[in-house]
Amino acid sequence: MTTDAATLPAARTGPGLWTRMMKGQTGPVCVMLIGLFVIWYIGAIFMNMPGQLDRYARAKQDWTVSQLVEATLNQDRPVLPAPHQVAAEMYKTIFATKITSKRSLVYHTWVTLSSTLLGFGIGTLLGILLAVGIVHVLTLEKSLMPWVISSQTIPILAIAPMIIVVLGAIGLKGLVPKAMISTYLCFFPVTIGMVKGLRSPDHIQLDLMRTYNASRWQTFFALRWPSSMPFLFASLKVAIAISLVGAIVGELPTGAQAGLGARLLAGSYYGQTVQIWAALLTAAFVAAMMVVVVGLFEKRVLERMGVRA
Amino acid sequence: MTLQAVVNNVAPMPASKDVVVDIQKMSLTFQTADGPVYALSDVDLTINRGDFVSFIGPSGCGKTTLLRVIADLERATAGDILINGVSPRQAREDRAYGYVFQAPALLPWRSIERNVTLPLEIMEISKEERVKRAHDALKLVELNGFEKKFPWQLSGGMQQRASIARALSFDADLLLMDEPFGALDEIVRDHLNEQLLKLWARTNKTVAFVTHSIPEAVFLSSKIVVMSPRPGRIIDVIETDFAKDRTLDIRETPEFLEVAHRVREGLRAGHSYDD
Amino acid sequence: MSGKLDKFCLVGAVFALLSLVFPLSGVDPETGKNVAFVSDLPGLASAMVACVVIGVFFTWSGVTSVLRGSIILLVVIYGAWQAIATLYDHGLAGYASYGFWMFIASLWALVWRGIDVIANYRTLDQGKQQTANIIVPLAFGIWLLFLWEVITAGFGVPQVLLPAPSMIGVRFVNSTGILWDDFRQTFLKAVLAGYVLGCGSGLLVAIAVDRVPFLKRGLLPLGNMVSALPIIGVAPIMVMWFGFDWQSKAAVIVIMTFFPMLVNTVSGLNAAGRLERDLMATYASGYWSTLFRLRLPAALPFIFNALKINSTLALIGAIVAEFFGTPIVGMGFRISTEVGRMNVDMVWAEIALAALAGTAFYGAVALAERKVTSWHPSFRVRRH
Repeated sequence: MTTDAATLPAARTGPGLWTRMMKGQTGPVCVMLIGLFVIWYIGAIFMNMPGQLDRYARAKQDWTVSQLVEATLNQDRPVLPAPHQVAAEMYKTIFATKITSKRSLVYHTWVTLSSTLLGFGIGTLLGILLAVGIVHVLTLEKSLMPWVISSQTIPILAIAPMIIVVLGAIGLKGLVPKAMISTYLCFFPVTIGMVKGLRSPDHIQLDLMRTYNASRWQTFFALRWPSSMPFLFASLKVAIAISLVGAIVGELPTGAQAGLGARLLAGSYYGQTVQIWAALLTAAFVAAMMVVVVGLFEKRVLERMGVRA
Repeated sequence: MTLQAVVNNVAPMPASKDVVVDIQKMSLTFQTADGPVYALSDVDLTINRGDFVSFIGPSGCGKTTLLRVIADLERATAGDILINGVSPRQAREDRAYGYVFQAPALLPWRSIERNVTLPLEIMEISKEERVKRAHDALKLVELNGFEKKFPWQLSGGMQQRASIARALSFDADLLLMDEPFGALDEIVRDHLNEQLLKLWARTNKTVAFVTHSIPEAVFLSSKIVVMSPRPGRIIDVIETDFAKDRTLDIRETPEFLEVAHRVREGLRAGHSYDD
Repeated sequence: MSGKLDKFCLVGAVFALLSLVFPLSGVDPETGKNVAFVSDLPGLASAMVACVVIGVFFTWSGVTSVLRGSIILLVVIYGAWQAIATLYDHGLAGYASYGFWMFIASLWALVWRGIDVIANYRTLDQGKQQTANIIVPLAFGIWLLFLWEVITAGFGVPQVLLPAPSMIGVRFVNSTGILWDDFRQTFLKAVLAGYVLGCGSGLLVAIAVDRVPFLKRGLLPLGNMVSALPIIGVAPIMVMWFGFDWQSKAAVIVIMTFFPMLVNTVSGLNAAGRLERDLMATYASGYWSTLFRLRLPAALPFIFNALKINSTLALIGAIVAEFFGTPIVGMGFRISTEVGRMNVDMVWAEIALAALAGTAFYGAVALAERKVTSWHPSFRVRRH
């Protein structure tokens, strides 16, 4: 290198932490989130104001601006609850309530999560098996694949209430019917992703296996399966997210007994907006966590396969 | 200076009419995480109207960067550059550049004709005029008849010719070509070299041409600029005087071999600096 | 003729032969007699014999041509017709026994072999190849419908559990009035309005965000994460805010479709290559000129990707949002109320309508994509 040695240290230290954060994603994302909170508060004030003014007018009560703002942020059944109200509700139902209680959000989350995971497990297995069949049997590909693809365009979730009610009529209740909906939703993205993944090896790689006279199964385990891993994990992220949606929607028609979906429905019946928002945020948190967990698995597996992150 | 060149010059000309590119003590340093990279250092260069100038050198010698600085795609960090007596930016805004890249860079959603008229559209030239000029430009690169085809329907060589037609369509002062035939096989390349030479003889354009092929540089150019890496700099400028209507046969002549030898010597001298 | 026996044809022949021997039906508990015998049903018997004959013949001579495959399929069609006729015209429904199911198994083996031959058909004639490519999934789909029909009828599956396709079809045709009203409410009002608003605002915001790198870096990761969230959960809130009618459903759809469009468009706007951007720079092309001439066209495949994803999301959003409250019309409303009344055939008719609408919607977007981005390599490259 002909670079002047004296200039190097200065270049190495680089910009400060603040600048680096703002140049990367962390800073902007934080700013966005803070902005979101601000908008939420402002929205809460303005959306709850008409109701509050109405109340003041009926009570013929005088009010100042600061009183009005405070009142709008602390209504019982606000049009839009303020973030701190939702946070308080979540704290109350998650930490301050016994887990076994029907009022505990942890209990409801577990009900939803268990059927989500069960459905996800079965759906993934089914999806992979179907993909293996489609990749290896031409007739299966030609006859089944068009249906798998076009089934993506069908609003499958519409079937959810029927599955619940019909299975309930023959005595199947609770976990299994909900898990079936999740299974059904999961297995399409997994199948499509895996068919793509199992087909992803290059022609030359497949030709190489042929020159070794490798059997179908040897080719499968040495080449097709490892090359499909990135595709599998991409589909798994979609599948686990949609699996949760399936479980939540599956809880809607059961007369609101347990689960996050039931909390949403009960909240909407009784106008408990704070409860709806708490359930919604919990669901969002659970979804994000599950995707993160799948992402961690992905990282481990791909690292072991020598893929650089 | 031929009559053609005078007619083509729409922009008002400054004092020294014959100089198109005038670079003095120009340097360009990139700031990277590993410290500064001296892409170009102390470059002096003049290109006269009607010149065919080749830039040759090993990869990393800054020949492409030099072309990009001339085209105002990069900014020099020191020194002076004048294009037609104005700054590169002003020259760009005056639409002085016809740039041909390593790849054809044709827009896949436009037919060949609409690709060639793209710069004319941006320059807000009327529809009939656009079609007429596209027709003329495509004729120059022998692509007439392919107006309605889409890029993917043409071979790599034809696509690159279409991109040359695009650069010719608006009568730019300066044709900048960055290894335009680098990705093509040798036979196609020879053919396109001959065509390019004919085109140059006919239109009397000023051409700046980047290559890393010695025979290509010697065959095409009236002036060869030999460059060397780390830091990128000019180590030799060789003027040649082959006839404008030369053919590929001259590559066997002693004069040709002598120039090629000098270029090779220059490149070797540049390399010894390296390791 | 090859030395190998054709296994599928062999299985078909053996099962057809067995079906002639085993009892066709179970015993009616009231009369104490078998409901039907093969010997009384010349049509069914002839179909069974035909299966035996072609099964045996092709077991040895092989299914070597499309013509032979088509002959098999024709025999299967005849057999399927006879099977259904037996079920409904001769009172076999609910009483089918071993013989009948063995005949179905025989048909299954034969139809697979027939489809197999057509699936492996290779020709340079584009038209013929396309016809073959359509026939295969179509035949498979029809076979699945037949299986569904035969199983529900043959076993006498209660209608509440799973109605036969024919019953759903009848219900569909008889309730076109209601279905049309639901379709108008859910699709023509909520879905279309929400889809246009959601995709449109996503596109515009993406173009705006693209100009501010700070916003882009902040919004993209968030937008990506949002796609994993159960956004559908905002439905009860939207119903509270915008009322029971279609506006609240459209609002749910706007939220659901906004982020996929935002994320896809932003990455699409970065899809234009470096060379192309430099090219526009050498022409001193302005921001808007480059946007419309280069970056938006280059982003089109991404935008269409979002449009396709959103077409499905929109319909799901509308139907699920209706579970939270509607006026007394709409596809989601009909599904949840008819399920409560155990009118499962109506629910299935509604689902068939949703499937039809969803596929048509997606198909329309895909068709537009093909028209607008026919230049894109994905429409020319053939899969290996």
